[in-house]
Amino acid sequence: MPLLKNNAFVNDDWSTLADDATLPEGGKLVLSLARLISDWDALARFTGLLGVRLANTDKVETLAPYISQMALVALPFPSFADGRSYSLGRQLRLDGYRGELRAEGNILPDQLQYLRQVGFDTFVVTERFPLQAWQAAATQMSLAYQRGLFRAANETEVWSSRHQGFAPWEEQPHAG
Amino acid sequence: MYRYDEFDAKFVSERTAQFRDQANRRLSGELTEDEFRPLRLMNGLYLQLHAYMLRVAIPYGTLSGKQMRQLGMIADKYDKGYGHFTTRQNIQYNWIKLEDTADILQDLAEVEMHAIQTSGNCIRNVTTDHWAGAAADEIADPRPVGELVRQWSSLHPEFSYLPRKFKFAITGAPHDRAAVKVHDIGLRLHKNASGEIGWEVMVGGGQGRTPMIAVTVRDFLPEKELIGYLEAIMRVYNLFGRRDNKYKARIKILVHEIGAEKFKAEVEAEYAKHPAQQTQVEVEELARIAKYFAPPKFEKLSRFVPRFEEAKRGSADFARWARNNLAAHQQDGYTIVNISLKPEGGIPGDATGEQMRLMADLAERYSFDELRVSHAQNIVLPHVKLDDVFAIWETLLKADLAAANYGLVGDIIACPGLDYCALATARSIPVAQAISRKFADVKVQESYGPLKINISGCINACGHHHVGHIGILGLDKKGEEFYQITLGGSSSENASIGTILGPGFAAHEVPDAIETILNTYVKLRDAGEEFLATYRRLGPKPFKEALYAAA
Amino acid sequence: MTANRLRDGDVVFLTRSGVWSEKIDDAVLALEPQAAAALETRAADDVKSTLVTGPYLFDATRVEGKIRADHIRERIRTLGPTVRVDLGKQAEGTAGAFQAVEG
Repeated sequence: MPLLKNNAFVNDDWSTLADDATLPEGGKLVLSLARLISDWDALARFTGLLGVRLANTDKVETLAPYISQMALVALPFPSFADGRSYSLGRQLRLDGYRGELRAEGNILPDQLQYLRQVGFDTFVVTERFPLQAWQAAATQMSLAYQRGLFRAANETEVWSSRHQGFAPWEEQPHAG
Repeated sequence: MYRYDEFDAKFVSERTAQFRDQANRRLSGELTEDEFRPLRLMNGLYLQLHAYMLRVAIPYGTLSGKQMRQLGMIADKYDKGYGHFTTRQNIQYNWIKLEDTADILQDLAEVEMHAIQTSGNCIRNVTTDHWAGAAADEIADPRPVGELVRQWSSLHPEFSYLPRKFKFAITGAPHDRAAVKVHDIGLRLHKNASGEIGWEVMVGGGQGRTPMIAVTVRDFLPEKELIGYLEAIMRVYNLFGRRDNKYKARIKILVHEIGAEKFKAEVEAEYAKHPAQQTQVEVEELARIAKYFAPPKFEKLSRFVPRFEEAKRGSADFARWARNNLAAHQQDGYTIVNISLKPEGGIPGDATGEQMRLMADLAERYSFDELRVSHAQNIVLPHVKLDDVFAIWETLLKADLAAANYGLVGDIIACPGLDYCALATARSIPVAQAISRKFADVKVQESYGPLKINISGCINACGHHHVGHIGILGLDKKGEEFYQITLGGSSSENASIGTILGPGFAAHEVPDAIETILNTYVKLRDAGEEFLATYRRLGPKPFKEALYAAA
Repeated sequence: MTANRLRDGDVVFLTRSGVWSEKIDDAVLALEPQAAAALETRAADDVKSTLVTGPYLFDATRVEGKIRADHIRERIRTLGPTVRVDLGKQAEGTAGAFQAVEG
């Protein structure tokens, strides 16, 4: 499945380490949360970049002791109607996580803006939609009433804009 | 009332363009129905028994003459000449085409209206007291907060794919006309000992399959913390609400299953971790919105209005209508006019394009250009001089809008039911019509006093039958329509869920059953005691006995 | 087999020739499971080709050459609202032949 990043399809240079596979010395590896926790001590020797794949029933608190070492967190979207990962992603960003936040699963172009606004910056998407569909969806709404979102260059935080002297709540740069 | 600024206008315009694109991609096959369904629902478009149905938002039930006139235009141009006002203060059109919908949304946007989030698993219309800003008993107008919550909840990126729908209600009066205790979140404005305004936050009320009364999670939340605190509640629900069973997915189930204390603890923990930030922006935004809800420029008038008194003396019909359909206004010499959309034998809540235009004209001329939609599917002119009331009544009379049954037996609340709705198990409108005809005599209705009869055509309870003084639930028994009666529900500040009386009735038996119940009440009531009070005093027993006694 | 036409929402019924008709009396009755499955397949294809949406099978009986939906819900669907006989198929000449509520 293609990886969408910054409105383009890119190669994914991360690989998933199966739970029963040997840990290599380096590379960019995504581990399951269980493996991350059980192998944490051994991972101190790892020279590459670490990522973790959560379930949408996991709690962000469980990741808290390890989050500062994570370069990638992947969250699932088992069906596009299942919105739990929007809140998990937002919690991670509110807690200060600034690594790559990846959405995986059944995502529609129509959900792209919401995903980016809560803080996702890469997306594993179905091949059904051409790149053009994703790019068009990315700029459909230029206004958001909610505050503290990740905003693209063309997006405006309405409440802050209405009132002089208020910068949008925390300028939030995207990772990568 | 609120007026769009350039941001609001651009927002609905972009949203309309987005929907047009989505509809076109559906029609071309690029989107499957499964993919399109949540998108169209989030723009209020349902597939019903006969056609698509479009539910247009009327935020906190408030609209201007121009907006009401546009709703009438849409009824005539795109539908079959009428619309249906709902128990959540919205309007529904029953005969809509998908290919017209983007154009309808554009026509709505032109008058600062939309159909955003009137369906779908997202935050729905914020409803309120239909007498907000006018009622004599109000502490403060809750609608500025209603507007703040509306904006905050519109296209919220984090909360658009909730386990299930999410409904807010707010009230600013001690006598709750907004049913805040049977909503997912209810907000009640009140003052503390120092006279400051704060909000009681209640969570987990609801009707449907498992009716429940909300629990209070905060007694007195300062206004500036509202948005931050609501985000904490929504986040807990989004993460932990059930998604395995559509009928167990509302927040009321979560509160019930983990318990009120644990739920409150989860919310407080989330709020503590992520408290409201830079709340000064919200304070300023609320102040900006509140300016739109400043009271109209009332004239200084006397309480005693000779022309009004004379008109009552001159016409018994007018006196009757004035007695039942007017409510006390904050301002001397003014009144609240309640227009009943329940003509004798009529379809509750329906209005023709013609009637909408007439009510728009009346609002512009006599009510500072403002109308309201009530949960009882009626229309309100909130700020009318008593001096003008007779002229209004004469106009209403010509348009079949002068039923003098407001708040009485004839003011029946009924969902569209199996005549229209793909979810229904039985028809509700014919039952309402039969009851209406049976008690057509308003004198008889008055003898029973204030009474709320609510009819739902299925267990989803869109007719709010659980909180009817008399509730009627339409079911299906082996392919035949069949009606269960409940008593003693209330959506007020002393909310209660009605109790099922016993075995159900065939459609033709329901009006007589209602009569038996009412006659039992009359027989047993104390002097001046209203139906609900009598029921609460005596319980279901005497009513059960009367209804189910061997013939 | 009934569905709503995608673009305008009109209620339609699948006929023997595979086209959709607004009249229930034109509908084909599936008398055994294989025939019903064939209707479902055909409907699914027409959903894919964006002709119709929301298809479903419902029980019906042929009575003197007309088709009677077994359940009141579908009888209402073939007529229009019982409380507005001036609207829907009953007013447009495409109604089913049987009342919603009988007897």
